[in-house]
Amino acid sequence: MPSTAAGAAVRPGGRRLIDWQDVAVKIALPVSAMLLALLIGAVLLLLLKVNPLEAYAAMVRGVFGSTFGFTQSLVKATPLLLVGLGICIAFRARVINIGGEGQIIAGALMTTWFTLQFRDWPGWLLTPVTLLLGFLAGAFWGFIPGVLKARLQVNEILSTVMMNAIALQFMNFLLRGPLMDPEGVRLGTYLPQSEQLPQQVWLGRLVPQTLLHTGLILAVVLAVAVYIFLWRTTIGYRIRAVGYNPDAARYAGINVPFYQAMSLTLAGGFAGLAGAVEVIGVQHRLLEGITSGYGFSGIVTALFGGLHPLGTIPASWLFGSLLVGADMMQRAVQVPSALVDTLLGLIVLFVVSTNMLSRRWSRWRAARRVQSKSAEAPALAPALSASSTQEVN
Amino acid sequence: MKPRVLFVALAILSVLVAACAGPAPQASQPAKPLRVAVIMPSATTDYAFSQSMWSALKKVQEEMGGESKMELKYSENMFKVPDAAAAIRDYASQGFDIVIAHGSQYVASAGEIAKDFPNVTFVWGTDVKTFDLPNVYAYTPAAEEGGYVQGVMAAMMTKNGLIGITGPVEVGDAKAYVNGFEQGVKAVNPNIKINKTWTGSFSDVALMTEAAKTHIAAGADVLTGSSQSAVGSINAAKEKGDVLWFGLQSDQAPLAPKNVVSCVVYDWAPMLKEVIAARQAGQPGGKVFVLRLKDGGLKVVMNPEVAVPAEVKKAAEEAVEGIQNGTIKVTP
Amino acid sequence: MDDILSVAALVGILTSAVRLATPYLYAAIGEAFGQLSGVVNLGVDGIMLVGAFMAIFVALGTGSLWLGVLVAIVAGLLMGLLMSVISVTLKAEQGISGIGLYMFGLGLSSLLFKVLFGTVKTIVGFQPVKIPILGDIPIIGPVLFQQSVLVYGAFLLVPLAWWILEKTTWGLRIKAVGQNPAAADSLGVNVNRVRYASVCLGSALAGLAGASLSLAMVNLFQENLTAGMGFIAVALVYFGSWRPAGILFGALLFSTVNALQLWMQVLGVKIPADAAVMLPYLLTIVVLALTVSRVRGPAALNRPFERGEA
Repeated sequence: MPSTAAGAAVRPGGRRLIDWQDVAVKIALPVSAMLLALLIGAVLLLLLKVNPLEAYAAMVRGVFGSTFGFTQSLVKATPLLLVGLGICIAFRARVINIGGEGQIIAGALMTTWFTLQFRDWPGWLLTPVTLLLGFLAGAFWGFIPGVLKARLQVNEILSTVMMNAIALQFMNFLLRGPLMDPEGVRLGTYLPQSEQLPQQVWLGRLVPQTLLHTGLILAVVLAVAVYIFLWRTTIGYRIRAVGYNPDAARYAGINVPFYQAMSLTLAGGFAGLAGAVEVIGVQHRLLEGITSGYGFSGIVTALFGGLHPLGTIPASWLFGSLLVGADMMQRAVQVPSALVDTLLGLIVLFVVSTNMLSRRWSRWRAARRVQSKSAEAPALAPALSASSTQEVN
Repeated sequence: MKPRVLFVALAILSVLVAACAGPAPQASQPAKPLRVAVIMPSATTDYAFSQSMWSALKKVQEEMGGESKMELKYSENMFKVPDAAAAIRDYASQGFDIVIAHGSQYVASAGEIAKDFPNVTFVWGTDVKTFDLPNVYAYTPAAEEGGYVQGVMAAMMTKNGLIGITGPVEVGDAKAYVNGFEQGVKAVNPNIKINKTWTGSFSDVALMTEAAKTHIAAGADVLTGSSQSAVGSINAAKEKGDVLWFGLQSDQAPLAPKNVVSCVVYDWAPMLKEVIAARQAGQPGGKVFVLRLKDGGLKVVMNPEVAVPAEVKKAAEEAVEGIQNGTIKVTP
Repeated sequence: MDDILSVAALVGILTSAVRLATPYLYAAIGEAFGQLSGVVNLGVDGIMLVGAFMAIFVALGTGSLWLGVLVAIVAGLLMGLLMSVISVTLKAEQGISGIGLYMFGLGLSSLLFKVLFGTVKTIVGFQPVKIPILGDIPIIGPVLFQQSVLVYGAFLLVPLAWWILEKTTWGLRIKAVGQNPAAADSLGVNVNRVRYASVCLGSALAGLAGASLSLAMVNLFQENLTAGMGFIAVALVYFGSWRPAGILFGALLFSTVNALQLWMQVLGVKIPADAAVMLPYLLTIVVLALTVSRVRGPAALNRPFERGEA
């Protein structure tokens, strides 16, 4: 009988729709980890002879004190959410996707190429088609390590890392050759950037003078869709079953490698879509550094969100704010940009370290529930625990 | 147990928020200083492209009377264009008077931003495009001119008749410089052999070092090149001992005082002063600056610690003069 | 084109290749120890950066290159300890904590560089030492026996690592813990302690890899000096199927392709540089797909151990 993961809300036959206590703990854990990291960051700031309070105030002001900062945090949240959704799906099937960077590039490349090829198409047709193709290109880039894992048991961490390198080099090659802006060739600047994409394909701006675009709405809608997919469809149920206990799933007749490959493919698709959205929503052209590291930070975002599609919505905004705020702080108090990397690294390390606590909490709850209501089957532990521990009976 | 964790977290959060709300900024002075921001692709201390702009800005700030007259903010290591574009937009929306996008890779993105902020003066380079926007100045160094002069010197100073060029990526001023350099060498002696490598990266020092070592192993005794990874080449020349180096962008002599013969240095200060004066005179943009030997924006700075034969010096001076008065034509 | 076949060019290519392979060898063999015990450490690049900076900082400050190497190793060890605490004790997802460690190392090394150096500083690093007699052999002599001490160290590490992994109880324990932690545990092996030791050893070697870069190869430090070498080292472990000899082969193949590409440019052979740079990666993925059905990695890779769960 399909039960639901702890943070997730709807229990068949259960009374409460949302388990608020559980949600609170799931939020408190990563947030306090983040604060702890910021505390260490404060020490670093002191060593740099910068008042940490002033610096962090600049960080908060940067995000909440101006239209630009606030919208920018949402602009960053959009790709983070999309990548994070893919990470959620993959994690639920006990697959970790480190290949977001490469998949973003695959999506961005496809979108750029296609748009430039069919630049005469009207926007209402070109935009959705090009987004779909971006999704498919990313999916293809996730499909390869997925199949390698399913057929040959290739560890997906390593293969996705390598797929990243290949995509990056391939993009660099195209940007210095076939995709290079002909204007740049004519003027002799030879910049590794593509031509600007035709205006009709651009995503609409939600706030003038800022970069906030309609991709945000798309991402939020998709988050809900992924939630429904994972918790309300048979395929979603099977994906979660694979992640919860592969051996039991196999015993139940579920084709485990197939669903793992599929989840990696879907994860790649969402990252590819993030790339497509970045290209037609923000940059309006393909250029080096198009990923902005979203393939990696998207993983952290998903973790922040408890690896739940709906939790990833606020998490992406939180992490987007963090990225924007850190940049704003760097500009406001003029500390070396390296501090931002250090700080983000610490946050990742601290947040990921709370995994076990969150897992223990879920287990403790599950145990208590079994005690109190022995009739109900124990709730599924969140997929993260399943993905990182060997839970074979 | 768990509510307590939550409380602690919330307590920390509220303290932080309170602390942030506390110290209010904006201690505005009576006379508003000119607000200038610069976005650079590498570090302010890269001995190359970014350092050249940063030292020029510091110089201008000093001449204008320090921080009270000119506020100067920077974002360095913005090698990712999307991040740089966000920084440019941020500075513009904060009301900076002049925003300098120092990197040709930023120009396309900055062009979109400049349209949104007509009251801000955007200065960008290296490029010659202003997209016909009234609030934009563009700049580009005629790196090929300096390259030519150094090519002349290099051709006269190589004993093996073999010169190595360690380039980063075949674009922009790196490419123009190399083209000029080759023309200078050929003008002196068309039989001198020039070997070229491109590492495909502006920042991969290890590969750049190996490229320089490869040139040396192949018999080159004079090297030249550009980008922030050029420090690797310079150090390879220094370690070999008798290999000479010709630099670009900033004065690199401190890195290898016995090997760096001369450097083509970009002096952005005159251009910056003109931009500031024009803006204050009510002209927010509309000009393309080309740094040339003629107007002092481009300089060939000799390193006094390396003995340069008199006839080489003379040939270099003649080359400079020829380019200045137009008798020598160098194509980028 | 026939220039490239000359003896001088051949010696040049191979000498470059051996030199370029050095940091990869230290880092990849170190990473192999961690992975064999069941821990993937994607933070190698960050550790290398911190090692590279600490090495040159201490060497310049004290005038002793060896002290610099030692401090780089210790710095790597400490970062390995951090990785172990997070991924072994706290059982965090290894792929993510590795990325976190990378970002932390990248930031920290740049920050230290900014604060303590401020600008690029160079050092007179380890000089090539010619080994008597062997160094005079044509071709092989200059390629293999006229290199710096840290290069010799990297190549001696290969048989040493093989010996440890294949012939000592410690090596067997590492592999047992990576293959079947529950079985190892029931035989009285302290799984987590073995993993701590392996990750710390691997990270110490990554620190040494950084030192070999800043003290024996480029002899300077700059922000992000490694430019992603650590990630390639991780790939090389896979390429070499967790065997030191395989890693040696992969590292040499990778560095030879790089050296060859530079020499082809110097000698005027027309190839697009970007296509050449992509070649090693493509090669790796093809070899990966071909070898992987034969060679199985550590079964418990990326899985924290919890007693009573397996």
